[in-house]
Amino acid sequence: MPSHPKLAEAFVKDKERAKWHDQSLWFVRSKRDKAVHQLPEWELLREQASKIKSYVISHLPDLLEQFEKNATAKGVHVHWARDAKEHNEIVHSILEKHQVKRVVKSKSMLTEECHLNPYLERHGIEIVDTDLGEWIVQLQDKPPSHIVMPAIHIKKEEIGELFHEKLGTEKGASDPQYLTESARQHLRRKFIEADAGITGVNFAIADTGGFVVCTNEGNADLGTSLNKLHIACMGIEKLIPRADDLGVFLRLLARSATGQPITTYSSHFHGPKPDGEMHIVLLDNGRSEISGSDEFRRSLNCIRCGACMNTCPVYRRSGGYSYSNTIPGPIGSILGPAHDTKKHSSLPFACSLCASCTDVCPVKIDLHHQLLTWRKEIRLKGLLPFSKRLSMKMMGWMMQAPRLYQFAGTCARWVVPYLPRFLLYNRFNAWGKQRELPDIPKQSFREWMKKNHDRK
Amino acid sequence: MTASKDHILSQLRKQSVPASELPDLQQAELTQQWITYPDLSEQFTELLASIKGLCLRVKNVEEVNQRLAELPVYQESKQICSLIPNCGQPNVNVNEITDPHDFNDVDFAILPGEFCVAENGATWISNDGGPTRTLYFLAQHIALIVPASEVVPHMHAAYERLTFENPSFGTFMAGPSKTADIEQSLVIGAHGARSLTVFLVDDAF
Amino acid sequence: MAPQVGLFIPCYIDQLYPQVGIASLKILEHFGADVEYPESQTCCGQPMANTGCTNEVGPLALRFLEIFKSYDAVVCPSGSCVSMVKHHYDEYLGDHPDYKRLKEKTFEFCEYLTGPMGIKKLDGQFPHKVGLHQSCHGLRELRLASSSEVVGEPFGNARELLESIEGVEITTLQRPDECCGFGGTFAVAEEAVSCMMGEDRVYDHEQAGTEVLTALDMSCLMHMDGIIRRQKKPIRVMHIAEIFAECL
Repeated sequence: MPSHPKLAEAFVKDKERAKWHDQSLWFVRSKRDKAVHQLPEWELLREQASKIKSYVISHLPDLLEQFEKNATAKGVHVHWARDAKEHNEIVHSILEKHQVKRVVKSKSMLTEECHLNPYLERHGIEIVDTDLGEWIVQLQDKPPSHIVMPAIHIKKEEIGELFHEKLGTEKGASDPQYLTESARQHLRRKFIEADAGITGVNFAIADTGGFVVCTNEGNADLGTSLNKLHIACMGIEKLIPRADDLGVFLRLLARSATGQPITTYSSHFHGPKPDGEMHIVLLDNGRSEISGSDEFRRSLNCIRCGACMNTCPVYRRSGGYSYSNTIPGPIGSILGPAHDTKKHSSLPFACSLCASCTDVCPVKIDLHHQLLTWRKEIRLKGLLPFSKRLSMKMMGWMMQAPRLYQFAGTCARWVVPYLPRFLLYNRFNAWGKQRELPDIPKQSFREWMKKNHDRK
Repeated sequence: MTASKDHILSQLRKQSVPASELPDLQQAELTQQWITYPDLSEQFTELLASIKGLCLRVKNVEEVNQRLAELPVYQESKQICSLIPNCGQPNVNVNEITDPHDFNDVDFAILPGEFCVAENGATWISNDGGPTRTLYFLAQHIALIVPASEVVPHMHAAYERLTFENPSFGTFMAGPSKTADIEQSLVIGAHGARSLTVFLVDDAF
Repeated sequence: MAPQVGLFIPCYIDQLYPQVGIASLKILEHFGADVEYPESQTCCGQPMANTGCTNEVGPLALRFLEIFKSYDAVVCPSGSCVSMVKHHYDEYLGDHPDYKRLKEKTFEFCEYLTGPMGIKKLDGQFPHKVGLHQSCHGLRELRLASSSEVVGEPFGNARELLESIEGVEITTLQRPDECCGFGGTFAVAEEAVSCMMGEDRVYDHEQAGTEVLTALDMSCLMHMDGIIRRQKKPIRVMHIAEIFAECL
């Protein structure tokens, strides 16, 4: 699999497009800023959210049992899945039992993580993603490139072309209003024809046994209110202890994600409809292991708002696909290596350590510090490229020997100014591809000090 | 099934996670910091407008009817449902419908809302889970009828009012359905309602 | 007696930008500090730490502590290196009895001027449109100024000091504190993204009318200057200490 820098370089090559992508996401970040600066208590809310989530992780087994008990009491079937495979099998067996042929699904990064769509399709079940962005990428047979705005990387002209081909919309039409209306008409039929609805879960409440799903489009609610069967899939870290905690989280979520004061629909499901059936699948898939790690535990605080992606200067300029992970961006660069360190070993380095992610995170995950810790882990696991390892070793060695360090500097000052340009600027010098090297001064600071500075 | 449950729980219990305390959200040090607004319904109206909804303050149900009649989307609606007595001119009998799919052609639904939230323009609605739950999402246009006294400042106050003891469905609805999934261009009317009007009604109804 | 300041000059400033070290020294001495430059210093170890090579950092952290522990204050014209010493030495020196004190007495150059030395205003003139680049580590690790992500009262002592100079006009940017894309080894490992980030920052300054681009960190400036010179843009790059020294 190509590393992040390779894929990022390919993305940046199309400068116009990379710029457009950067600006689209910066626009979302700016909306976020505007929204949060209207709430003087913003930092206090982040603090509470972080504390609540820490509590959850430290009491997770008890809270899960409490949740199961309360959900069951409200008539919900609760399932437990160790990994993606088991998750998909559970979902399939429920659908099979009800002889479901057509499913509508609202956005769920967890089902992306499990690759549920291809699994169900292989078993002859039609599954339609109903979030507009996610449906667009589904029509392209691609994964989302962003967890909140799955099609943020696609231009409207390309969507127009895709819709023309797949839905028969007018050729050349690319007006978002027109395209959205076509999608609405098309997906209405899918909603009406479906036999079951699958949703993700934004928050599950231990002490009520209910859960909350947030959308702007209303797709989760259409998909579940028209059908008798509702399956909700969630990671075990999505729990919160009390319904009151939602006051904190719903104030943070949409403001962080898109700069909206709240999503259009924040639906609270407590048990099935009188004539319906409701299932919840709780997925572990490596989460329990992360909960045991002092360094990375806080990554389980994540509420999937996407703010770290919108603010990340690297994500904005390299696109979601450059991360080759279901969840891209800063949080994805932590969760990816936790799942498969070797496969995702370039991700923690796809970061300038600017720390903007840490400052926007509504649940105060110390993202940039965790990325730094991952670099160390990767070095310890021997997954750092040889060139990096060697250069750092040599540098470390030289810096312990001040004389050697001075000597190297002096040599450079003698030699470099006389080198022809092609020796300095060539394919081995990544710095010099688009940047000049600094001019080498005649003397170092310490040499100047020796000559000019008298100790008083 | 139980094997997986036991496995996950034992995996979790195996990890040593430092204990951590749950903050008390009712403590005065916090609640004193929550934002306040001098006029809740004014703030709600302003916020709802900013998310492309419309709030109209009226005296009673008769005035709701007058204002509805002035709304172009209402005038153009062919199928109209109402769950509020004497409100609107419904021509679909809700009680006769048992399959929610039959609401598919409803153009305008007049529905009850319980209370509104000033900080974000949301209205809490709840539903017993019968077929009418679908109306909130399937109707092309929606009007929510809410007592004018029922506006809370923020989400903390909202949750003080809510309990979830029994099986139930409820949602905060904040403006019409929307999406910006195509190049961040805001489009109103994604899958749910194309317009949302909240009537804050002074008199009991 | 004035407190004795150990001047911590990061390795790349020593070797590539001696004028920044000289300017810092001049300013500190101008305001009466008793400054010493311990010659055995080399590098704080940040490049290795940021690459994950922590084995190489431990000995450097210990060297740093031994060299600087006797001073009343350690002052350095680089927020990034100060943040390394203050925030990232714990795993190497956490148990060392002198580390806590070292943390407390290590200051970024402007932080020391405006804090312990109490300088609120600079005399002299600098009649230029100045673009202030907010280096990330100074901003979001050391909290030397308010960052655009965080809700609260805006602050920034370096900016205030800069604004106190007659003739200085600080330019207004579209993105007030976006990263320049240097990021240490990131600049080379992720060359494409790094350079695009740098270009975007330079463009923002160009649009804002910046004549002199300054920062509390020479590393960010080295990166942006590399782009400015390659693209022959009419922007001059100066470390903030150099601007202050020009006003003396």
